[in-house]
Amino acid sequence: MANRNRPLSPFMLGTLYRLQITSVMSLMHRVTGIVASVGAFGLAWWLLAVARGGEAYASASDLLASPLGMFALAAFSLALVYHLLNGIRHLLWDIGWGFELPEVYRSGYAVVALTFVLTAAIWFVALRGGA
Amino acid sequence: MSGTKTPDDVVRPRDFRTPVGRARGLGSGKTGTGHFWWLRVTSVALIPLFAWFIGTLVSLVGADLATVQTVLARPFNAITFALFAIATFWHSKLGLQVVIEDYIHQRALEITLQLLVTFACAAGALASLYAIARIALLG
Repeated sequence: MANRNRPLSPFMLGTLYRLQITSVMSLMHRVTGIVASVGAFGLAWWLLAVARGGEAYASASDLLASPLGMFALAAFSLALVYHLLNGIRHLLWDIGWGFELPEVYRSGYAVVALTFVLTAAIWFVALRGGA
Repeated sequence: MSGTKTPDDVVRPRDFRTPVGRARGLGSGKTGTGHFWWLRVTSVALIPLFAWFIGTLVSLVGADLATVQTVLARPFNAITFALFAIATFWHSKLGLQVVIEDYIHQRALEITLQLLVTFACAAGALASLYAIARIALLG
């Protein structure tokens, strides 16, 4: 910490750095990671409700079926699927694949498109199976 | 090499650390790759675990409590869900740690948040394992 007045992240956003799909997707990876982490606590809460059964499970089910619960589930699933797909993209970069700029853009658009396709597919099967 | 003595020479003999490293007195972190590595290990593990987790949950939509408990109590499901919970909370802890390190620049708040994230993720993982064990062992 030689220079204590050095600029601190994310000082470049908005002023010095023009946002592009690469940086937006990087930012979204963190945002979806935070959302998914919150969802993980929702999973722990749901598992406890299943374990306790009876009243606890009934109220948990009611909450999940409410508009707020459905919104939360939609947000968690969308965030989780994005984080999963973009995470695979990151892992492929880690082993040195697809790191040329055109490929980075292609895989980026693919992740965004597949996020919506996969999330919609999960919800389609879930709602059809549950009906 | 002789010449004027700096405060460093007076306090202790010369070593090979940089002036900044010496001033901060913290030495090397020694675990620099550990965080990077375990974030990757947990992410690789989570790919198949996520698929099984989502597939199981989707199959349980609309099912009653007894069915949910029976399905989660199956050995393969119970173990997979336990692994999923461990990998998820571990990965969350490592990821949230980086976000806090990068964006929270007030030291006291940063350390408080790091502690909260560590404790919460440990509690979340343990609560999940407890619940899964109770479902699997006690029905």
